[in-house]
Amino acid sequence: METRYVGAPVTRNEDARLLTGRALFIDDVKLGNLLHAAVLRSPLAHARIRAIDTSAARARAGVVGIFTAADLGAMCKPGPVVVRPPPLDGVTFNARTQMPLVKDTVRHVGEPIALVVATSRYVAEDALDDIEVDYEALPVAADLEASARADAPRVHDDLADNVAAHVRQTIGDYAAAARNAARIIKRRFSYDHGCSSPIETRGVVAAWDAKADRLTVWDTTQAPVFLRNGLAGVFGFSERQVRVVAPFIGGGFGPKIMMFYPEEILIPWAAIKLGRPVKWIEDRAEHFVATTHERGQIHDAEVALAADGRILGVKDVFLHDTGAYDPYGLTVPINSQCTLLGPYVVPTYDSTFTAVFTHKPIVTPYRGAGRQHGVFVIERLLDIGARELGLDRAEIRRRNFIPPDAFPYDNKIIYQDFAPLRYDSGNYAPLLDKLLDAIGYEKFVRTEQPALRAQGRHVGIGVVCYVEGTGIGPYEGAKVQVQTSGRVSLATGVGTQGQGHYTSFAQLVADRLGVAVGDVDVVTGDTDQFYWGAGTFASRGAVVAGNAVDQAAGLVRAKILRVAAEHFECAEVDLVLGDGAVAIAGVPERTITLAALAGIANPMRGAVALGTEPGLEATSYFGPPSGATANGAHAMIVEVDPETMMIKILKYVVAHDCGTVINPLIVAGQIQGGVAQGIGNAFYEQLVFDDQAQLLNGTLADYLLPTALEVPRLEQVDTVTPSPLNPLGIKGVGEAGAIPVGALFAQALEDALELPRRGIELNEIPLSPNRLWELARGEG
Amino acid sequence: MKPAPFDYWTPESLEHALALKAEHGDAARWLAGGQSLLPAMNLRLARPGILIDLNPLSGLDGLTVGDAGVARIGALVRYRALERDAGIARHQTLLAEAVPHVAHPQIRNRGTLCGNLAHADPASELPAVMLALGARLQARSIRGERWIDAQDFFVDLFTTALAPDELLAAVELPAPPPRSGGAFLEVARRRGDYAMMAVAAVIELAPDGSCTAARLAYGNAGPSARRAPAAEQALVGRRIDDAALREAAALAERAVDPPGSVHASPAFQRHLAGVLTRRAVATAVARVS
Amino acid sequence: MTAPKARSVTTTVNGVRATRTVETRLLLCDFLRHELDLTGTRVGCEHGACGACTVLLDGLPVRSCLTLAVQADGHAITTVEGLAASDGTLHPLQAAFRETHALQCGYCTAGILMTLVAFLAEHPTPNEAEVRAALSGNLCRCTGYQHMVDAVLLAAPRLAGK
Repeated sequence: METRYVGAPVTRNEDARLLTGRALFIDDVKLGNLLHAAVLRSPLAHARIRAIDTSAARARAGVVGIFTAADLGAMCKPGPVVVRPPPLDGVTFNARTQMPLVKDTVRHVGEPIALVVATSRYVAEDALDDIEVDYEALPVAADLEASARADAPRVHDDLADNVAAHVRQTIGDYAAAARNAARIIKRRFSYDHGCSSPIETRGVVAAWDAKADRLTVWDTTQAPVFLRNGLAGVFGFSERQVRVVAPFIGGGFGPKIMMFYPEEILIPWAAIKLGRPVKWIEDRAEHFVATTHERGQIHDAEVALAADGRILGVKDVFLHDTGAYDPYGLTVPINSQCTLLGPYVVPTYDSTFTAVFTHKPIVTPYRGAGRQHGVFVIERLLDIGARELGLDRAEIRRRNFIPPDAFPYDNKIIYQDFAPLRYDSGNYAPLLDKLLDAIGYEKFVRTEQPALRAQGRHVGIGVVCYVEGTGIGPYEGAKVQVQTSGRVSLATGVGTQGQGHYTSFAQLVADRLGVAVGDVDVVTGDTDQFYWGAGTFASRGAVVAGNAVDQAAGLVRAKILRVAAEHFECAEVDLVLGDGAVAIAGVPERTITLAALAGIANPMRGAVALGTEPGLEATSYFGPPSGATANGAHAMIVEVDPETMMIKILKYVVAHDCGTVINPLIVAGQIQGGVAQGIGNAFYEQLVFDDQAQLLNGTLADYLLPTALEVPRLEQVDTVTPSPLNPLGIKGVGEAGAIPVGALFAQALEDALELPRRGIELNEIPLSPNRLWELARGEG
Repeated sequence: MKPAPFDYWTPESLEHALALKAEHGDAARWLAGGQSLLPAMNLRLARPGILIDLNPLSGLDGLTVGDAGVARIGALVRYRALERDAGIARHQTLLAEAVPHVAHPQIRNRGTLCGNLAHADPASELPAVMLALGARLQARSIRGERWIDAQDFFVDLFTTALAPDELLAAVELPAPPPRSGGAFLEVARRRGDYAMMAVAAVIELAPDGSCTAARLAYGNAGPSARRAPAAEQALVGRRIDDAALREAAALAERAVDPPGSVHASPAFQRHLAGVLTRRAVATAVARVS
Repeated sequence: MTAPKARSVTTTVNGVRATRTVETRLLLCDFLRHELDLTGTRVGCEHGACGACTVLLDGLPVRSCLTLAVQADGHAITTVEGLAASDGTLHPLQAAFRETHALQCGYCTAGILMTLVAFLAEHPTPNEAEVRAALSGNLCRCTGYQHMVDAVLLAAPRLAGK
């Protein structure tokens, strides 16, 4: 096969529509007779609802319907557990999931109490002001550690405490390994991840066609097929009666996959009930409390080191804040637990976590999905270990790398996909070398930094490594069709939120079929176009759907050759594909376009051979046995003003290995965007709650997304270690940029301020100028 | 996040506008740039029953800077105009230095200096600049006009000396004194955010280099912008050397009464007030011309 | 005499005059999107912090979520739909965005294009620091901004050479 496009920096098919404002996003859906919804949300984190008075709101002109839990009847029941806990011995998991509308007890600020449907969003918001709710305020479990204690206010009355889950995974005998250690480093680490804050909030539009007996739902979901199946179950429809469309989506990063958000039930329900289409667009104030967060963990961790810096074992006990409910199971803390092992040989491991219910919004995966937390712990332990053993920071990492001949490498614990955590492939040392070269590590540490310090400047360097489990199953599928226009259509079940699927998938098809990338029309996220699939998450789009696309295109190629060989009465091996046509090699006048062949493949009259399938079309599915493990390393040189604690990143280099690259432009963009979010997490973004679990900074004026002035220009270097687990050799890259940035900031800022010389360590993220100032003064 | 309903007036003249305000008092809000008011209305934190839109009126966007440097800035003069005015750049350098710290280009294309001052957000930079410059503010109503010293204008959180029927019609900045220099410095989480601490400093020196006057004013330092008289006094009558800078910085830390926020504790804000005082005074001294 | 809660608004949007009677509280972004069906202008925060809704009002970038539709009466507005030529040829800045992969989900893009088109008109030969400062009022959650900066630096000489 020619690979004209795969691996090339092809510009994107979708850009012209996006750049000219013609792409359809959720709030652009326009339907006749459309109504607009708004949701009344709880201002309290924990309260009993004594009474709701909607009479004034009902009387307001323009209000069409007001609904509370009582109106929902049997529909008002807890949502499903999206991800069950993994099959491990001794796992405790208390499933408690959210209701579409609160019946009696509110468990976090922002929980929905009532739905208003009106002729405009303006009027719907007016009506929200008219509704009177009599709340009985109850004591609040806000702080993670306090909520884990037996005497904490309980989030769910039917449980004895706030334990949502308890999981222990071990490798070997840590205690025995620790007895042989030259040094044991033991620290407490806290890591808080924020909210994904896509620039487009969530939204749902639903239309019920009573004559066709069909429900159509436009939704900003990352998992349209799952949502379709779920909605069919909720409403008692067959799946064929429900169409879910995920149109262009303005960023997702994980939280747009939660199923079900209350509005995903309420809006279709209201549309059916009222017999008119209904639109709900989340506003930014709602987004901060109604869309899921990721938030915090507290780790008490230790590493046992040999005198040469080799890891003998790691022990970790951590608390994980899961919020008021746990519909997404244990994905986030399991990722933390597994990713902590990093690119290193960790012969013994004893890791236990407790997921804790708090009176805060629900925690589900957000780009990195708990991996940041684990990476922070191991990287900090190695930093401290290197210091105590008198080793270089890069060297201690190199000494612990899994050697290239040890792959596939079995970590002997279970990953988020329930499969054993087995790294498929990797070659870590050359990537670290490339990184150190690119940042100029040796020169900086030996000559530049001492010179800068002599000038009174506070400039530090950081170097961190990580792995990322990507591209997990179960499967995705794709259908490739040559149209009689000669254009090729490709449909797949994953949703797309800016990852460039319209282009990277088209590149795969274009190479297989000998057409231009621009001649491939990709449809994603419309359940009427492609019936099966899981969704876009866990850096899996290119890996799982990409391979399905490639396979389907390969089948269509075979069909093209077969039909063309019959047409020309020649052997298939004599045929060449290119420029949207098939020709006999060396006989250019014997050419037929794919358009014409598509017509031939769908005859209107006459007989075909037994078993012939019409059309130049094929559908294929791909499911990897387990995830592909990408890896990377980041380095940064940063300057700090030691008085104001304002920072300036002077140089930032990313080294990564995501296996085969379909489109280097898109990969570069994914890395840059990931790093930007990582920088936000490390130094700017923090969801700040008070002791009543009230969010104190729920606006984009106070929740600080990095701007073009906070994010530096990145340099990128890479190596390519293809994954043996899929034919294309791809590993995912979507989350990579975001994962190690917190660990990098802690190390580099500590170095810039020479804190270790004063016995001060930065063992928490996020940092901020204020927090750095406090820590540097020794105010732990 | 949609505003609650309101009556919207486009007055035919300034007199008409003032009459409407006199009739409706606090129930009515002026709409100039709207860059603070509209967000509050969208969040329904502000629900004015009546908006009186000044934008269609002519004559309120006057911006003049005299030969000596006296600047007169009308109610509808937008930040954008201040950023691009040669007279401001030449004579009112402290203001010119501060304005780019206000939000972002799109906001500065709409927002007005007078609107900012009348809003009296304690976290804003510009009230402090007005205090440091010794600005005078012109209030107009159907009762007539009066001038209010900046020192008396900012009363409390979001509260000014304006009466319910008054419009902040203009600001007058005096000519910079001879042998004076100024500096504006702030520390904000991101460029364009409200500062965790902001300082505006104006220093006057005698020919022998000793300080004859100092005005130090702080933003996000209490319920309203404030000066630090003790720190100012510590500078006057001496050469501003390192010891003087440190003394003034220490006094400034005591003079501010910062509220704290999710971004900065009061202790950190005080610390920043000291750091910025030292730096701003040193810069102002270096700029004396 | 009372002030009505609805008013007639006449604007010129992308060169086309449009008149609608609207509630006085209607935000300009909603007017453009839902009254005139110009949905290319996106809404991200409705409190002036993200810049997604930036449009040109009499040639200057403003937040259309912090402007009332009634305030646009008698004024000219340009939205992202007004950038490309009538034959569909992309504006040089749009073309540069495509070439450098300066957009991912595309949701913030319209506001950023409108901000930068005005910026380049005033600063035809910017450096990277100036571009970043000009971009600082627009949030993008996907790209990390680097390719956007590249796009502006690519488009600037092309625009200046026109």
